[in-house]
Amino acid sequence: MAKITYIEHDGTEHTVDVKPGQSVMEGAVKNNIPGIDADCGGACACATCHVYVDAAWLDKTGSSTAMEESMLDFAEGVEPNSRLSCQITVSDQLDGLIVRMPESQH
Amino acid sequence: MSDQSAPDSRHVVIIGAGHAGGTVAALLRQYAFTGPITLIGDEPISPYQRPPLSKAWLKGEADAEALMLKPDSFYGEHGIDLRLNATAVAIDRAAKQVRLKDGQSVAYDLLVLATGARARRLTIPGADLAGVLELRSAADAEKLKAALGPGRRLAVIGGGYIGLEAAASGRALGAEVVVLERERRLLARVACEVLSSFFQAYHEGRGVVFELGADIVAIEGESGAVSGVSLADGRLIACDAVLVGVGALPNDELARAAGLGCTNGVAVDLEARTSDPSIFAIGDVTFRPMPHYDRAHRLESVANALEQSKQAAAAISGRPAPAPEVTWNWSDQYDLKLQIAGVPFDADEILVRGDPAAAKFAVFHLQQGVVRAVEAVNAPPEFMMGKQLIASRRPVARDRLADTAISMKEVTA
Repeated sequence: MAKITYIEHDGTEHTVDVKPGQSVMEGAVKNNIPGIDADCGGACACATCHVYVDAAWLDKTGSSTAMEESMLDFAEGVEPNSRLSCQITVSDQLDGLIVRMPESQH
Repeated sequence: MSDQSAPDSRHVVIIGAGHAGGTVAALLRQYAFTGPITLIGDEPISPYQRPPLSKAWLKGEADAEALMLKPDSFYGEHGIDLRLNATAVAIDRAAKQVRLKDGQSVAYDLLVLATGARARRLTIPGADLAGVLELRSAADAEKLKAALGPGRRLAVIGGGYIGLEAAASGRALGAEVVVLERERRLLARVACEVLSSFFQAYHEGRGVVFELGADIVAIEGESGAVSGVSLADGRLIACDAVLVGVGALPNDELARAAGLGCTNGVAVDLEARTSDPSIFAIGDVTFRPMPHYDRAHRLESVANALEQSKQAAAAISGRPAPAPEVTWNWSDQYDLKLQIAGVPFDADEILVRGDPAAAKFAVFHLQQGVVRAVEAVNAPPEFMMGKQLIASRRPVARDRLADTAISMKEVTA
């Protein structure tokens, strides 16, 4: 299990255990954490699971695919540390990961 | 509305534990609704996502756990009484009670209908043979998966999205696939000709055989199992299983019997409220307002189920109504990602951006120069910007939209 901390736009923190192999998006959705909509359920089709990866974790979460990049390009409030959380797979290396949520996913 | 200091005493009963029903229950808790929630579903498992059943799950790329909306423990932990294998048979609006098939009654203060849609069935001879399948539920998908594999022959009746996704997944699993479509082109009811031709060629290139303009007279069987599909021209298409994907019908019978306003589905407003203020309806079963188009329509999509779940949960918990979303949907076939935004109501012009031969293009549907819908194949920028253009309702410059040298961000610049 990897502990992941999700921080809502209003600052509310949620720390949960997420099973390796699941995505960072699934970790939020299955624990009913507000702020990640994930309309398409992880098909990289909707850009409603946008998160900001904490600077300390950018190396470990890897880089985004071309498809993810071009979806994110049109999401609101995109920053250099923006990712679609359905495209980050949880592993033991991500134990302690911190992600922040944007104000809105739509 | 609700008093923050004391638990809400209103009992919310949800009929239908699919994607919409499961989502509205979870959202009510996210929105701090503290009253009791009962979620009634006629399937044996807790709410799950249906889209992967014809895509990632069918191909073995997603497991059963990945399909579940929430872990089974979620419902008990959040005070949601999830009743599985339970079928609602009547709504008594005067007594505010739902009657179940087993004779029990459940009293409600607020009711949410999330009964979804069911697959349209064929009425031709042989339609009830073993091996004639449909694809709505996880149980349906298990049967389909068991029928696919190297050397197995699948006949798909209906060249719509479900049929094409199943065809692609069937090919990935090594099955032989024939798609029979009554119309002269694929996706005839839901997409334009450019897309129909593109998908036909792409599937043919991967071994799928099409019979267009097919007049099917019967499904043939031997010892109760499917052996082929008979056409009016006398030919028999031999197969081991048949998947019927010819559209869906709203499960609005409970609502009709209870006297709720229904058109093609249960009529609701932008709070997802029916003609009875104590009853909401969400998802595939609804006939809903489409604010970006000034009309009402019945949609079958996850995006619609989720949007209406938000509308109902917000109305029940006293939150401001969410802003209207541009409806959208997607389909995965082989390495193609099709993303569709909007509905091409009253479109008078079709504009293609990009090259279908390169499998990277978008079809824009315009009405007097205003984008009403976009179908984007491996073209996320066109889809994402298309949603914004649909919402804006402002005419676009056609020459700029058609020119791939101008990025989607610059099209409206």
